[in-house]
Amino acid sequence: MLQAIADIVRLDGAEKHFGAVRALSGVDFHVGAGECVGLVGHNGAGKSTLMHMVAGTLRPDGGQIAVRGNAEASYSVARALELGIRCVFQELSLCPNLSVAENTRINHPSLTGFGWRRSAAALIQAKLDEIFPDHGISADDIAGDLSIGRRQMVEVARAFTLTREPLHLVILDEPTSSLDAHTAGQLLAFVRRFVEGGGSCILISHVLGEVLQNADRIVVMRDGKVVAADAARAFDRDKLVAAMGGAEGHQKAAAESRKVEVGPLRVRAAPARQQDGKELVARAGEIIGLAGLAGHGQTDLLLAIFSAASRARAGIEVTAPVALVAGDRQSDGIFAQWSIAQNIGVRSLARLRNGLLISPQQEAELAEFWKNKIGIRTPDMNNNIYSLSGGNQQKALFARALGSDAEIVLMDDPMRGVDIGTKLEVYDLVREEAAKGRTFLWYTTETEELDNCDHVYVFKNGRIVANLGRDELTEEKIIQSSFGDAA
Amino acid sequence: MLRGLLPALSLALVLIAIAWLNPRAISYFGFNLMLNLAIPIALATIAQMFVIAGNELDLSIGTFVGFVGCVTATWLRDAPLIGILVLLGSIGVYALLGALIHLRNLPSIVVTLGMSFVWQGLAILILPKPGGKAPDWLLATMSFKPPYIPFPILAALLIAVVVHFGLMRTSYGVILRGSGGNAAALRRAGWSLLRTKIVLFALTGLFGVLSGMALIGITTSADANIGNGYTLLSIAGVILGGGEFVGGRVSPVGAVIGALTLALAASPLLTFMHIPPDWQVAANGAILIIVLAARVLISRRER
Repeated sequence: MLQAIADIVRLDGAEKHFGAVRALSGVDFHVGAGECVGLVGHNGAGKSTLMHMVAGTLRPDGGQIAVRGNAEASYSVARALELGIRCVFQELSLCPNLSVAENTRINHPSLTGFGWRRSAAALIQAKLDEIFPDHGISADDIAGDLSIGRRQMVEVARAFTLTREPLHLVILDEPTSSLDAHTAGQLLAFVRRFVEGGGSCILISHVLGEVLQNADRIVVMRDGKVVAADAARAFDRDKLVAAMGGAEGHQKAAAESRKVEVGPLRVRAAPARQQDGKELVARAGEIIGLAGLAGHGQTDLLLAIFSAASRARAGIEVTAPVALVAGDRQSDGIFAQWSIAQNIGVRSLARLRNGLLISPQQEAELAEFWKNKIGIRTPDMNNNIYSLSGGNQQKALFARALGSDAEIVLMDDPMRGVDIGTKLEVYDLVREEAAKGRTFLWYTTETEELDNCDHVYVFKNGRIVANLGRDELTEEKIIQSSFGDAA
Repeated sequence: MLRGLLPALSLALVLIAIAWLNPRAISYFGFNLMLNLAIPIALATIAQMFVIAGNELDLSIGTFVGFVGCVTATWLRDAPLIGILVLLGSIGVYALLGALIHLRNLPSIVVTLGMSFVWQGLAILILPKPGGKAPDWLLATMSFKPPYIPFPILAALLIAVVVHFGLMRTSYGVILRGSGGNAAALRRAGWSLLRTKIVLFALTGLFGVLSGMALIGITTSADANIGNGYTLLSIAGVILGGGEFVGGRVSPVGAVIGALTLALAASPLLTFMHIPPDWQVAANGAILIIVLAARVLISRRER
C-alpha cells in the first residue's frame, strides 16, 4: 500500500478502442514521485493514447486510474490539472494568434484581474530563462510568428510554470522533436533537475539515446500493450530496439520471391530536404515501400511525385501517368455525395466519354468490372459510397486508381483502419497488378505490409536514410534506421 | 509592420482624397455630416468582429439591426419596458444561437442566413410601413454636439477604446480570442468552448442592438429594410481593419477604422468625385477590392 501512495499516477488494466481498432488492451502503468519514466514504442503502439488518458483528455473504456493512491472515478483535464498533472502534447498546442504571455494565461485560470499581463509575462519569461538561457524570446512575441523550435520551447516552459495549481507530473511527448541539439540538451538537463527536486516526468521520445540517458525507468509499448518495463540501466539501445520490434522473430510471410525483371524506369525522385544524393528509384513492375515513423516526409514525397506527373519539378522524374490512393479517405479520397460507380470512374473520365458527355453505360461497365474483380460488397454500384463499410470504401478507392490508365500507383498508407480480410485481398491485387508491369509506391506505417515490397526506403526527418532490399528487410532494421540518433 | 498600419493608412488615403477634392469638407461641420452614419456602421462592424474572432460569420447582422431599429422606433418609445425586454431577449437569442452552433456543430453561415429571414420577417411584422419615431433621449444623444471634436469621431474613439480593452487586454478576452486561434488547446487547458461561443454571440447581439439604436437615433424613424446593407459592410469593415476570417486574428481598433473608411468611401468621397449615385455602389465595391488586394499583397511580401 505504501508503494501505491508513493505513486503519482497508476493505471490498472487501461483499455481503449477506436471503433474496431484496439489502441490499448489492458495496460498497467505507474509513475512514482521523483521519477522520470521513459516511454518508447513504434507508431501506433499506444503511447499517445496512454498519455491522453493520464492527462485526462481521453477516457478509458476499461480499467482504473488512481492518483496518489485515490481512485479517480470521473477523471478529466480539469481534475488532472487540479492534481498537478500536465501534458505537453506532441502537436503544438499554442494559440498562434496570441502572444507568449497570453498563451501562458490560458493554462492558468488564476491569472486574472488587474496586472495579469505583467504577471503572466514575468512568469513565462522567468521559466524560459531558467530552462533555456539565451532563448531570445520575448513574452510579447506572437506565438504564430515564432519559429517552430521556439514555439516548442515556449510550450515546454509553459508546462513548468507555477501559479495556484500544484505541479507533480509533466508528460513530455516528443519534447525535443523540433529543438536543435543545444536546446534539447538544455531541456533534458532541466528535466533532470526537476526530477531531482522531487517532481515526476514521463518522457516520450523517438531518440532512444535521450531516453536511455535521462529516464530512471523505461517502459516499452507495442501493439497497445506494455511489453517491457525495467530500470533504465537494464536496457541498452539494442535491447530497446529488440523489445519494440518484438524479438520473437518476425515471421516473414513466405512470400515466394517474386521474379522481377528490371523494367524501364518509372520514377526517380529525391526528397526536397535530401542532401546526400540518395534518391528513390522505381521501375516498372516493382512494389516500393516507404517506411519510417509517421510524418517523416513519406507523404510529402508521394505528393511531390504526384504533382510532378502533371507539371515538371526539379529533382523528380516521372515517366508514366500517376494515380494516388489517399490514406485519409474521408477528407482526401471520397466524394461523399456520389455513388460508388461515380467515385470509381472519376479518375478515368477521359475514357468514359461519349462525345462531350460522360457515358453512364461505360461508367457502369467499369464499376461492374471492378466490383467483381476486387469484391466490393454492395447490391448496386449506384448506391451512395457511404452505403459501404470502411474497408469496401477503401476498395472503391483502389478500384479508382487501378481502373485508370495510371502505370504508377501511389499509396499513402491506405490500409489504416481496414479489416484484415480486405487487406489480404488488396495485397494479392497489388502483387497481381505489379506482375503486369504497374509500379507501386507504398507508404505504410504497418511493418508487415512491407513484406509485399521489393525495396524499402526508410525515411527520417524528411530524408531517405536507408534503402533496404527484400532480403535485408527486417522490422529491427527499419526501427534501427528510423530511430537513428543522428538528428 | 506595414500590415498593421494598413487600416490607418487606407483611412488617411481616403481623407487626403476628400481634402484634395473638397477642402471645406475637412471641418467640424463637414465631419459631422460625412460621418453621420459611421457610428451604427462601426457598432455593427464590432458586432461582426466578435463572431469572426471565434471563426464564425454572422449573415443576419444587417436584418437584425433593422429589427432592432423597428423595435426602437415603436415599442422602446411607446412602452419602454416591453422594448427593453424585447431587446434583451434578442441578445438572449444570439446567445442561444451560439450554443446551438457549438453543440450541434452547425455551420454558422447556414444558421445566421436562416436567422436573417427571421429577423426581417419580425421587423416587417412590427413595422409594415416605414415610420415610427425614435425615443427623445436617443435623438438627444445622437445629436449631441461636443466642442471641437465632432461627435462621430468621439464616439468612434470611445467604441474602439472600450472594445480594445475588453477583448484585447482583459484575461477573459484572451480566452475568447484563443477559441478562434486553437480551440483544441483551449479545451485541453480545461476551458469551456460552449461558454466562449455563447459569450461571443451574445456580444454580437449586444453590439447589434447598440448599432440599431444608434441608427434610429440618427434617422429618427425606422424601416424594416433599413439595416440590410450592414451585413456585408460589417464583414468588409472587419477585414479592412486587419481581421481575418479564421484564426482569431481581429483588431477592434482596426475594425472601427475600417468602418470609418467604408463610411467615408461609401458616399462622401464618391460624391466629391462627381460619380453619379447610380454608380456609387459599384464604385464602393471597387474601392473595397483595391484595398483588400493591397492587404493581401503586403502580407504576402512580409511573409
